[in-house]
Amino acid sequence: MEFFKYTRTFNFMGQSKLAMVLSIMLVLSSFALLATKGLNYGVDFAGGTIVQVKYDKDAPLDLMRDKLKENEVFNGASITEFGSSQEVVIRMKTTTGSVTTDIGDLTRDILKETGNFEVRRVDIVGPKVGSELKEKGVMSLLLAILGILIYVAFRFEWRFAVASIIALVHDISIALGAITLVGLDVNLDVLAALLTILGYSLNDTIIVFDRIREGVTNSRNVNLADTINESVTRTLARTTLTSLTTFFVVFTLFTFGGEIIHSFAFTLLVGVVVGTYSSIFVASPILLWFGFDVKNYHNKLAEKAKREADKQRMRDQYESGVM
Amino acid sequence: MQRSMRMKLNYRIVIFALAIVFGVFFSAPSILQMENGKKITLGLDLQGGLHMLLGVKTQEATKSRIKSIAASVKHFTDRKDILIDNLTFDESSVKFEILDSDDLKEIQGFLSEIDGVKILTNNLVISLNLSEEEIVKTKKQAVDQAIETIRNRLDQFGLSEPVVARQGEEKILVELAGIKTQEEEQRARKLISRAAKLELMAVDEDRNARVSVMSDSDAAEYADVILEDVKDPRHKYLIHEIPILEGGMLTNASVGFDENNRPLINFTLNAEGADIFGDFTGKNVGKRLAVVLDGKVYSAPNINERIGGGSGQISGNYTVMEAKDLAIALRSGALLAPIYLMEKRSVGPSLGADSIKASLVALVGGFILVILFMLFYYRLAGVIANVALIANLFILLAVMSLFGATLTLPGMAGIVLTVGMAVDANVIISERIRELIYEGKSMHKAIEEGYSNAMRAIIDANITTLIASIVLYVYGTGAIKGFAITMSIGILASMITAILGTHGIYEMLESKIVKSKNNRLWFGIKG
Repeated sequence: MEFFKYTRTFNFMGQSKLAMVLSIMLVLSSFALLATKGLNYGVDFAGGTIVQVKYDKDAPLDLMRDKLKENEVFNGASITEFGSSQEVVIRMKTTTGSVTTDIGDLTRDILKETGNFEVRRVDIVGPKVGSELKEKGVMSLLLAILGILIYVAFRFEWRFAVASIIALVHDISIALGAITLVGLDVNLDVLAALLTILGYSLNDTIIVFDRIREGVTNSRNVNLADTINESVTRTLARTTLTSLTTFFVVFTLFTFGGEIIHSFAFTLLVGVVVGTYSSIFVASPILLWFGFDVKNYHNKLAEKAKREADKQRMRDQYESGVM
Repeated sequence: MQRSMRMKLNYRIVIFALAIVFGVFFSAPSILQMENGKKITLGLDLQGGLHMLLGVKTQEATKSRIKSIAASVKHFTDRKDILIDNLTFDESSVKFEILDSDDLKEIQGFLSEIDGVKILTNNLVISLNLSEEEIVKTKKQAVDQAIETIRNRLDQFGLSEPVVARQGEEKILVELAGIKTQEEEQRARKLISRAAKLELMAVDEDRNARVSVMSDSDAAEYADVILEDVKDPRHKYLIHEIPILEGGMLTNASVGFDENNRPLINFTLNAEGADIFGDFTGKNVGKRLAVVLDGKVYSAPNINERIGGGSGQISGNYTVMEAKDLAIALRSGALLAPIYLMEKRSVGPSLGADSIKASLVALVGGFILVILFMLFYYRLAGVIANVALIANLFILLAVMSLFGATLTLPGMAGIVLTVGMAVDANVIISERIRELIYEGKSMHKAIEEGYSNAMRAIIDANITTLIASIVLYVYGTGAIKGFAITMSIGILASMITAILGTHGIYEMLESKIVKSKNNRLWFGIKG
């Protein structure tokens, strides 16, 4: 089976202006969402408590709210269903420092008369740990981007590196925008998903860039747009295929992975789509706009080849001289 | 001619075969849940358990060090009949005044023997400051001792392989697997955090009658403290502040029963403790001895006669389980500094089981979808890619088993994702080969060039993903590290299976492919 005919080249760069308008709109609305609605930090980063309980029948939400209202530790606690009507998650911004009796034990005590239930999960993150995790999280994102930037600059050329980073920032922004839009709690798993998007989207971009590099090196044509179109077309089958297989598994994770992995899978789902789009319509056009000079690159390559040849000749002469 | 018709063995296929054998062999203990052999451990989020990050209030340790210095100054001057005044102490210093300048020399001689303090003398006012190094040392000791004590207590609690480790300067990581209920978890937490400071103290019989009308500062004037009874907080005792004996002289503690079959704790003192205990009881017949645990009076029996042998009892209103835990805490020693909860993650076993079920469904579902898709799109090339994919999973599990790595819920997601991304290498290679076939290259050339053309892109792509995974591992915490581990191993394994392994298979089958001339069957394309 084949998705795309090998002989036909699509004019992607001809559509790049349209794509750019779409991208800028998406990124800007993501920023607007982040600025107005803001990220909803979960307990991992904001500190706080999560208690997950499962009743043997439907959870008595109202009764639970009334009971918890009586103790001021639970001020501002939110009680929501989690996956099913029997399961409930209680989220609070408050934490307690006692090891013997913590806020989880307190919740268990207070809810005792609301029915038969089992406490399945208690997460308590003190404010200090929360801000530490946040700091580490931001650091990890920046470090990953920096590491990738250095590697790509080293393996390709700085314009490639900058173009791929812009594509990455584009992907992460839109993913964050989507997270804000649905109002997901941003926890460690979402951060992991963002880092995965980073790796995945870059994967895509590099495959395309590798093809462009190959095209530029081998072709006599100095029109970069043509080379890019050809390279993107040649990798299109691969891009589509890998995106589809990855999409399949992430989608099964999203549908069958259970409530706990939901935010992780959602972030990835957005990331796979945006990452695929950006490697074709964001990273490649930027390369074009940066004025990557094919002639210049050819000259550089020729010079390099000449130097190598010179070196080789000298070595040969030297060796034959010694002989 | 005859020779090229047969399937050729090559070094790639040999390495691939060895890798598969390795994968199957070492993943077997984990997959089949065998008794012997190294296995993957399930993370706390999958098997249920308690993860805690505890802080140590180290300033309390320096405070108690200061307190004991003050106590020894008082003890020394009492014994030598040196008159001092205004003995006070704060967080890191002790201050007092000598009334007679003739005593200065003697007291300075005594003070110079105390480790880690700077002595300042201003006329007759002497102040002792803990030096910076001493404060650091004391704090470090408090954390070390807390780790040691918590480990001792948990070892006796009866859970398998508790983790107690230092994290950063003043944090302690505690991980307990296999906890069944919240009640059991709370019991473990009580045991861990109990100070378990045992003191045998003398009741101030001269003034005890007036205890109800005294304040803490009144009591302090007589070098006394007011302590509550453990059963009835309204019942108070006036007790001499400096204890006769401390828990450090304890050699054993065990659960016993009194005449009414209520649980109590029997303890034994070491030789030095037994001597002091014997002397004290001998001199104080008719007075009361208070057994004080963590600042509460458990009992205050009358001393009827000299008690030799150095053993005693702590009776209280506790259940057998509580008595057992208390005995463990006493045996493993007191915590020098109190601990507090910084982070806690507790997962019940039923939730863990649900998570395993859900992620297995996702893994199997995603796996089948990918395999079918590859088969449909690439035909036999898809089969070869699928063989590599399955081998990849085995190797991933084998490496994790060998290192005893922990599989967490995000780790499961990492495996699922590896499935999606591992076929990528084969997709790239297959696309390259298809292209070369279209260009009219010979089958041999198409395969060889296909691999060499694809290699650069695959390596670059894998290395960047590895960079992201490594950052994730270094900066990630707990379960997230599991994700980074499975991703990294998956990527590395795919280099052997998806690149080397499939290349070997093609080399081996090359003559068959050439002979069949059926590109549709082999690569899913026309021609």
